[in-house]
Amino acid sequence: MPGEALLPSLVAVPLLGATVPVLLARRRERLGWPVALVVSLVHAALAAWTALVVLREGPVAAEIGGIPAPFGIALRVDALSVPFLVLVAGSGLAVLAYTRVAGPRSGPFYGLYLLLVGGLTGVCVTADAFNLYVFLEISGLASYGLVARSDRPAAAVAALQYLLVGTVGASLYLFGVGYAYVATGVLSLRGLAAGFAAAGHGSTLVVAAFVLVVVGLSVKLALFPLHVWKPDAYAVAPTGVAALLAALASTVAGYALLRLLLSAFTYETLRAVPALRWGLFLAAGASVAAGSLLAFRATEVRRLLAYSSVTQYGLAAFGLAVGTRLALVGAVIQLVGHAVMKGGLYLAVGVISARTGAETVDGYAGVAEEAPGAGAAVAVLALGMVGIPPTVGFAGKLYIAAGAFEAGLWPVAAVVLASTLLSLAYFGRLIQRLYVDSPGEFAPTGPVSTGMAATVAGAATLAVVLGLGAAGVESALGPALEGVAP
Amino acid sequence: MTGGGLPGVLWARLPYVAAVVLVAVGLFVLIDDRNLVKKVIGLNVFQTGIFLFLVASAVREGGRSPTVPAGADPTAYVNPLPQVLVLTAIVVGVSVTAVALALIVRVYESYGTLRADLVREAVADDEDREPEVDAGPEDGDGEVRTGGAR
Repeated sequence: MPGEALLPSLVAVPLLGATVPVLLARRRERLGWPVALVVSLVHAALAAWTALVVLREGPVAAEIGGIPAPFGIALRVDALSVPFLVLVAGSGLAVLAYTRVAGPRSGPFYGLYLLLVGGLTGVCVTADAFNLYVFLEISGLASYGLVARSDRPAAAVAALQYLLVGTVGASLYLFGVGYAYVATGVLSLRGLAAGFAAAGHGSTLVVAAFVLVVVGLSVKLALFPLHVWKPDAYAVAPTGVAALLAALASTVAGYALLRLLLSAFTYETLRAVPALRWGLFLAAGASVAAGSLLAFRATEVRRLLAYSSVTQYGLAAFGLAVGTRLALVGAVIQLVGHAVMKGGLYLAVGVISARTGAETVDGYAGVAEEAPGAGAAVAVLALGMVGIPPTVGFAGKLYIAAGAFEAGLWPVAAVVLASTLLSLAYFGRLIQRLYVDSPGEFAPTGPVSTGMAATVAGAATLAVVLGLGAAGVESALGPALEGVAP
Repeated sequence: MTGGGLPGVLWARLPYVAAVVLVAVGLFVLIDDRNLVKKVIGLNVFQTGIFLFLVASAVREGGRSPTVPAGADPTAYVNPLPQVLVLTAIVVGVSVTAVALALIVRVYESYGTLRADLVREAVADDEDREPEVDAGPEDGDGEVRTGGAR
């Protein structure tokens, strides 16, 4: 019952709120941050309320304008969307605490910030394939603008590259939706599932739609070799932007892929055409290997983190391709856990940069002495990325590997284990620089506020808490994953 | 399949063939051309191919434009939904193009060139220099502009 008002307002609040800082920008530039804070607080409260309702009473749905599903657009939140919805709202709020002092502080910046949060929320709550495209593009446009907010001239170049690649990805997704529409005549996810079953999961149109949708979303997910936009964009973006995008942009694309695979195409498509599953395995394996190699060779810490994401999303893609219950739980934990850890890592790197000026792996020598708090956070989060218990990184990889064993796909489990060793190679090097090597000369480049430090500490704590609570995530996801095991 | 062999089959599906050609040409220009503005044009051609695909799927032989009076037989009209989708997608495409062109203006102001390879070189030079200078926007700006004149 409350869903009728709750779900639309989840999207409407940040989208409408995004206009206020822009309108105020001329007169009161400094009001951008407080407005964003108020809007984000309301948005987070709505998201928490929705999560409570869904976990207590089951899925919530709403029809926009009261037009029923085959013609109108439906919004729907179930147990699978809840972790991502809460992640988007929570990260949007947390990164604000960081940007208050670290900046940027202009009104238009916070307009784009709220637009991004609104677009990503839309992806999480929509139950319509075309509507998903629109929200993907809203969040995409906002992220191109946010990357370009950096003062460095290279930011425009990185943002343009991000835009060109990202738009091709979204357009390929639209192409796939076109094929799906031709095959079924509907766009709602539920209608698509029925339509695909009627058309035959192995039919040319359905397979073409699947391939285009997966390739399109893989661009946003930055699977190898479609990852080229990520390192440049995250290296030059302002720290707060890099953290928000690293936490959310690809994660929500991963949710979209998960949602379309579970609710529209279903694993019947993968069973009808086994080559599709092998394609997913191949892309995931290539991402894990190439991401590790590129991260190992990276000299700049921000680039190292971006390449490590290529590996981590490759692991999530493995969970998706395996598709047993355990593997899917693992994919969700991997996506959400990675978001918390990688967002936290970018913020910690920003604090270290402000305190010591260090940006490169070599420059991190002895940084832990100068900035003990941020150094410890980097160490904890990096170990989480590697997959050391009790962090959430360990839980995600454990579930994915267990799911692979369960399905008899032991080579996948072996790749997951090998990936942790590979990531230990480059994160270990970083931790060694932090703690073992003797310090060079440091030059602070900016202030570090309580809000910045608290956000970093919060992310590190959350990475451990989520790891300990992983079993709770599994039982909460239960109803959403019922009956998907292939 | 209709008669006339492969040409006949392709002719009967001309809009779809055109869509695929546009998508391929657009992607090729986007990837291959060194000029940033032409890359954006390539992106637009690529998207136009996809729009054509969607609109072509709505066509009904002898169908009329879908302003349907109450009680009329709906099968006499073309399908309005893909056209509405394309309308939305065109709006999205225009916004993306606007943002892309705005970014290109900024790239040109900073580096004085529209050639992707030269811009990449200039960015790489900047990165090498950055540790010592810790360049603010103005420093980087003036310094590279001379280099971009070549």
